[in-house]
Amino acid sequence: MMDQLLAPAPAAQAPAPARRFKSGSNLERMLAASHFAVTGEIGPPKSHDADVIRKKAALLEGCVDAANITDNQTAVVRLSSIASGAILVAQGLEPVVQMTCRDRNRLAMQSDLLGAAALGIRNVLCLTGDHQSHGNHPGAKNVHDIDSIQMVRMVKEMRDEGLFQCGEEISGGGPPLLIGAAANPFADPFELRVHRLAKKVAAGADFIQTQLVFDMSRFREYMKRVVDLGLHEKVAILAGVGPLKSAGMARHMRDKVPGMVVPDGYVARMEAAVDGVAAEDKQARREAWRAEGIRICIEQIRELREMEGLRGVHIMAIEWEEAIRPIVEGAGLFPRPVPEA
Amino acid sequence: MIVAKQKPLSELTAMLDGYRNVLAVGCGTCVTVCFAGGVKEVGILASALRMARRLDGQPMSVAETTVQRQCEAEYIAPLAEGLDEFDAILSLGCGVGVQTLAERFPDKRVLPALDTTFMGLPTEQGVWEERCQGCGHCVLDITGGICPVSRCAKQLMNGPCGGSQGGMCEVDSDTPCAWQLIWERLDRQGLADRLLEIQPPRDWSTSRDGGPRRIVRDDLRLPPPEDV
Amino acid sequence: MTVAETPFEPKIVAFCCRHCAYAAADLAGTSRLAYPPSLNIVELPCTGRVDVLELLRTFEDGVDGLLVAGCLPGRCHYLAGNLHARQRVDYAQRWLEDIGLEGERLRMINLSAAMGAQFAELATEMAETIKSLGPSPLGTRRAAGEIPTTGCAACGDPAPLLAESAHDRGDGR
Repeated sequence: MMDQLLAPAPAAQAPAPARRFKSGSNLERMLAASHFAVTGEIGPPKSHDADVIRKKAALLEGCVDAANITDNQTAVVRLSSIASGAILVAQGLEPVVQMTCRDRNRLAMQSDLLGAAALGIRNVLCLTGDHQSHGNHPGAKNVHDIDSIQMVRMVKEMRDEGLFQCGEEISGGGPPLLIGAAANPFADPFELRVHRLAKKVAAGADFIQTQLVFDMSRFREYMKRVVDLGLHEKVAILAGVGPLKSAGMARHMRDKVPGMVVPDGYVARMEAAVDGVAAEDKQARREAWRAEGIRICIEQIRELREMEGLRGVHIMAIEWEEAIRPIVEGAGLFPRPVPEA
Repeated sequence: MIVAKQKPLSELTAMLDGYRNVLAVGCGTCVTVCFAGGVKEVGILASALRMARRLDGQPMSVAETTVQRQCEAEYIAPLAEGLDEFDAILSLGCGVGVQTLAERFPDKRVLPALDTTFMGLPTEQGVWEERCQGCGHCVLDITGGICPVSRCAKQLMNGPCGGSQGGMCEVDSDTPCAWQLIWERLDRQGLADRLLEIQPPRDWSTSRDGGPRRIVRDDLRLPPPEDV
Repeated sequence: MTVAETPFEPKIVAFCCRHCAYAAADLAGTSRLAYPPSLNIVELPCTGRVDVLELLRTFEDGVDGLLVAGCLPGRCHYLAGNLHARQRVDYAQRWLEDIGLEGERLRMINLSAAMGAQFAELATEMAETIKSLGPSPLGTRRAAGEIPTTGCAACGDPAPLLAESAHDRGDGR
């Protein structure tokens, strides 16, 4: 009798081990194993053509640990981020599904999060969303039922406490999702940016992807404050980078894109990249610019790797997914390690 | 105050197509002080409509009157007299005024001449800005007296989005970022740490999301006649 | 032979500031400078007195053209009356165009009391502009069979603005 009681219980009846991972996603395991993470980004097409996504995904496969799928980015209607995410799951590339507060109220968000998890999606990035006045339906009504910080907390409570936002229990437990949030160190007021990050961490963000970093000195100052507050120990911060395509794009981003700071030095380098290339040789100029853009991006990643508090990079090369591989290789981040399950 | 602006003349002439005798009714309260529907604006619009219709070869008579407050039945009751001669009432009141007229005169066509736009204030002569959306649960105590519901394009409750640049909103570079203003004001008052607290999701049922709203004050209602 | 048509003499009203344009018109007269005889001058204490409502009502009552003549910029006796008038004239011009009238039928000019010659010149120029545009397509309210529904909004006189009475010449304002 005693023996029976003392005998180890059959495996099937053993108490479930504490869940080792929140989501079990590749990105989470990569971060848990202290690897310098690399994420990429895919913009779904303005059509229902799944092949567009498959082709872009093929360019990122093996180069990134997970790929973000934008959610009607810049408020332009595109193939759904969750549907795109499911296509990626089927293909074997891990998606980070982006979700904005602009287009959904809390009912739709939770419903879609459950749906995403059911489709095998394991990472979600919680965003406010660009204002619809910038997109192709400027007359649309925006939602903003909850904001991105409230959304982070909602997803965390769904996952960790198995509760809907209203407090009702989710039968069968919450969706296993790694929770991401965005940070823009270059928006104003600067002093408030680190505090806003702290709020996202307090709300339950597991990882942060930043806006494109070009202004290293401002970013360094930002990261210093992040480290001073110890936030880097509570959340995995991935710095946003992206290759410049041309001198014109560099100038445009410097002068026209809100929340973006591009130092003149980079603009000058892009302009100098076509020195000696005949103006009429469009192809050669394009290649020279792109090569320089990739070079700058690689240098930036190398610099960011040395920065205290960073756990990875998020490479945004929308409509230029071919650039991802040379960047990852050039930065010495290829091949990607395989974390333990 | 409620701030409104006149609809374009072309929209009004299309709306009034077929009418021959119209009564334009102004309001002496909010829309008078925002120069959209007071005595003078009624005069200008009526004159313009008469001229436009005369040029179209479809003359229309537009009579003019302005009541002190279009949103209360008592003030509009005197309009009943002589109303029969008009095909329609063109209200230069806010949306409430239009509906008060429509409720009081159920058989009359009542048409809006204004686009009621917001609750706000004049920031300088000739400029009005929105300050309140009547969301039904005021948060000005925690946001330093600056309303993120009416002044943030995304109605954020936990600080500025990534589009705030140089103190301005990403939607319009002439519009200040509400959260920049909130931050500056609380910082100046030594209360900036209040912004670190996470504000939970709002209960929007107090806003229009809860359906048409109603306030009942039992202390002010008239006693039922049987008790008098 | 065809019967000669009566030449079109445009009906033009000029709202003139007492401190400058009205005196300039006087000077033009005493200097025997010719300006269109059909110009109907209304003396105002300042063009800042001009209101959009009066500008529109004047057209509604059948004028072909309307001149607002105020002091030179910076020389208003009430500091900025002429600048306000300019803004209102611009605003009224947009109304006229929305209504379907040519905006050129309304014009603001700025003069000093000494500029009699310029007054005559600008008034003549205005008359030429209106002649080329032709008579106001509105006709008069009376011709249109409209019953005026209100009196003069400016002074409360039961007669509409510019009715055929002393009122329409601006007397007693």
